[in-house]
Amino acid sequence: MIHWLQDLIKRNAVAEAPARAVTTPPKTATRVRAEPGETLAKQLALVIDLNVCVGCHACVTSCKQWNTSGSAGPLVDEHAYGADPTGTFFNRVQTYEAGSFPGTETIHFPKSCLHCEDPPCVPVCPTGASYKRKEDGIVLVDYDKCIGCKYCAWACPYGAREIDEERQVMTKCTLCVDRIYDERLPKEDRRPACVMACPTGARLFGDVKDPNSDVSIAIRERGGYSLMPEWETNPANQYLPRRITEVAGDTRAKGEP
Amino acid sequence: MKPAFSVVVFTTIAGAAQGLVVTLALALLAGLPLPQGFMSLALIVAVVMLLIGLGASFGHLGRPERAWRAAMMWRTSWLSREVIVLPAFIGINVLWWLALRSGIDTPLLPLIAILFAALLWYCTAMIYACLRFIEEWAQPLTLVNFVLIGLSSGLVLTCALGSLAGEVRLVQLAGPCALAVTLAAWATRMLSLRHNATLKHKSTLQSATGIKSGNIVQKSMGMSAGSFNTREFFHGRTLLALKQVKLLFIMLGFVLPAALALWGLAGGGTLAWVLAVLVQAPGLLAERWFFFAQAKHPQNLYYQVVS
Repeated sequence: MIHWLQDLIKRNAVAEAPARAVTTPPKTATRVRAEPGETLAKQLALVIDLNVCVGCHACVTSCKQWNTSGSAGPLVDEHAYGADPTGTFFNRVQTYEAGSFPGTETIHFPKSCLHCEDPPCVPVCPTGASYKRKEDGIVLVDYDKCIGCKYCAWACPYGAREIDEERQVMTKCTLCVDRIYDERLPKEDRRPACVMACPTGARLFGDVKDPNSDVSIAIRERGGYSLMPEWETNPANQYLPRRITEVAGDTRAKGEP
Repeated sequence: MKPAFSVVVFTTIAGAAQGLVVTLALALLAGLPLPQGFMSLALIVAVVMLLIGLGASFGHLGRPERAWRAAMMWRTSWLSREVIVLPAFIGINVLWWLALRSGIDTPLLPLIAILFAALLWYCTAMIYACLRFIEEWAQPLTLVNFVLIGLSSGLVLTCALGSLAGEVRLVQLAGPCALAVTLAAWATRMLSLRHNATLKHKSTLQSATGIKSGNIVQKSMGMSAGSFNTREFFHGRTLLALKQVKLLFIMLGFVLPAALALWGLAGGGTLAWVLAVLVQAPGLLAERWFFFAQAKHPQNLYYQVVS
């Protein structure tokens, strides 16, 4: 009960303590959590290029590898070699087929937490274990406070959260928060594991609030879009649509003989 | 959604207990002379039911030992508010029972009990109604149904307890109310069923993936077997089973209790009211099961095929 009293006294000034040191201290040092509806100066996010994703699942396995060994882990695997294996993953790659034969397209669709700017999963959490970081907009779960009621998973329209069946706490993509600030890593490695692993460069990472960042330019120039815009969650992660490459010098498209 | 047994039991039993307490409080406030022995017994029944509900709700938690933390975020979370209001409501009932035992007769405690019963219904219903993208729940009828179904089962239970204890005047007063509220609950539950039957969900596979094509087929969910997403959000029953449960809860939860209440009023006596409770209890459990099962979570759009 002492923790409870400490939490009450400190109110919002509760930081998560990852196993790998997060070396950037919050600038304001008083408030780690963003208030609902608060506009943040910085929002880290992924931009996923559906035009080049080949569905190799390298992002899935590298995510699992990093996070099961890091501050978010261990991520359980249940009967991994049985008939009905299951486990906790923060990132999945799905495959869709669009159009009708012979003009069908195969679209590989990576799917993880979108780190919404207005995350519906955060205000519903009864314990405050779910929160959105004020300094960079990452949505995180404090595993020491989560009671495993699953209400946040119900409140996420994207199904981005998965309960860890062994630890019985809710888990989700952390944008590799225990990696991207780690000054012991070379600068080029301070990116999420999925971004590092992608062989085709389909995953871009950066600050979507900075108009000159790679991600902002990609969203602007390549028609980046949000998933389920109808719920006004303002997902920070965006997707770049598939484009059909036009054949150089092909004049048929213009109706010439 | 997959109906969680613990939540189904909790919301049904607590709802009936709230209805029982509200009925007793209103009867006292209306000036009905209820003997202290009967009141004590009825309040004990209500508190035991609430404790069973509270116990069941603990069963829903992965980490029940941390349950006390759930009272922290009452500023934003309806679940947190419910976690505060439920023990408060139990406490008020215990206080009321103690006051009755020590001969204190004050209209204040029944009034506060009614207020907290209403607050608890509001919190419980809003937990579901506030999730705007679960469109089967995000409607005012969710709150109406939680209140009316709770009141209906509470009134029927009061009549059964009253006739068992020989409280003729209480049954005379609460009996017609039980019939009327059960019929009203039936009507509003049918309205919400009709609302859900004509519901056109805002999210589509197109809006979920951003793929423009009118013809999208999922080829892989991204895993060979299941995941939390395929377990938590699918009830796993056939449409036929769902239809049968619907018919079952309409008959057992509303139609038969209303008929038995009519019989009870026409002179059926204790047997009619006790039968009504025994029939309505499984009916309302089925009703709450169906309430969860019928809700289609938009995340299910991403899980259409296992491969």
